Amino acid sequence: MILTVVLASLAVYSWKIMGYLVPERFISARLRGFSDRVTITLLAALVGIQGIAVGNELQLDARIPALAVAALLLWLRVPYILVVASAALVAGGLRLLGF
Amino acid sequence: MARAVVSTSLSVAIATGLYGISFGAIGVAAGLDVLSVMLLSLLMFSGASQFAFVGVVAAGGAPITAIASAWLMGVRNSFYALRMAPEFGPRGLMRFLQAQLTIDESNAVSASQKSPADRKLGFWLTGVGVFFFWNLATLLGALGGNLIGSVEAWGLDAAAAAAFLGLLWPRLKENLVLAGLGALVALASVPFLPAGVPILLAAAVALIPMGRKS
Repeated sequence: MILTVVLASLAVYSWKIMGYLVPERFISARLRGFSDRVTITLLAALVGIQGIAVGNELQLDARIPALAVAALLLWLRVPYILVVASAALVAGGLRLLGF
Repeated sequence: MARAVVSTSLSVAIATGLYGISFGAIGVAAGLDVLSVMLLSLLMFSGASQFAFVGVVAAGGAPITAIASAWLMGVRNSFYALRMAPEFGPRGLMRFLQAQLTIDESNAVSASQKSPADRKLGFWLTGVGVFFFWNLATLLGALGGNLIGSVEAWGLDAAAAAAFLGLLWPRLKENLVLAGLGALVALASVPFLPAGVPILLAAAVALIPMGRKS
C-alpha cells in the first residue's frame, strides 16, 4: 500500500510542478485567461458541493442557513475569520437543536 | 493590508485544515494503516485527490485505479501553478516546495488579494498553514476520529463551504455568470458522477471566454 501511496502522490505532484516548469513563452494569453477563470468556476463549484452535496446526493440541511449567514456577513464586510466561525456556529448550533 | 492577508490565510488554514480529521478517520475506515493515511496527507497533500484515492480503496478498487483517480483529481493544481508561475514562481529548489503547496486554498487566497506582495504572502501563509493543520488533523482523525466526533457536529462542513464562499466573494460580482455556471454544472452532475468528478466538470466551464480579464 505504501508503494501505491507514493506513486499516486508522485502522479499528483506531476501536475503541481508542471505548471512551474513550463517555459513562460509556451503559456499563451488564452491559457492564462483559462487558468484565471478556472479559479472562479472551481471555487463556485466547491461552495456548491461543500454546501449542498453529500456523496452522490444533494441535501439541503443546516449548511444552507449557515451559508446564508456567511453571505450576509460578507456583504456587511465582516472580517473573514468571523464569517467562517459564524458559519460553523450556525450549522453546529442548528444540529445541536436537532435540525 | 498585510494584516488582512494574515487573518484570511489563518482562517482558511484552520477551517479547511481541520477537515483533515474527517480524512484521517475515513482513511482508516477504508482499511488503510495510519502510516499510509499520513503519507497521503504529507506527500499527496491535495484534499480532492486524497479523498478520491481513499474512496477507490474503500470500494475495493485496484491500485492503478486509485492512482489514476487521484491523478485526475489533481489536474486543477496545474492551472493554479500556471496562474502563479509568471508572477511569483521562484527559481531553483524553492519552486519544488511552492509546487507542493499549490492547492485550492493557497491559490484562492492568493488570487483574492489586490497587491502582488499580498498575493505572494497569501499563497505562502495559506499553503504552509493548511499543510500544518491538515497533517495535524489527519493524524488526530486517523488515531481516533470517533473520539472527537464528526466534523458535521462541529459545523466544520459549513465552515469549509463559507471559507470557499469568502474567497470567491471579492471576485463574485464581476464574474457572477461564470461562478453561477460553475456551481450549477457541478451540482447538476453530482447524482450521476463519482465524487470529485463534478468539480472537474466545472473546470470545463472556464473554457468559455468571458468575464473581465484580471
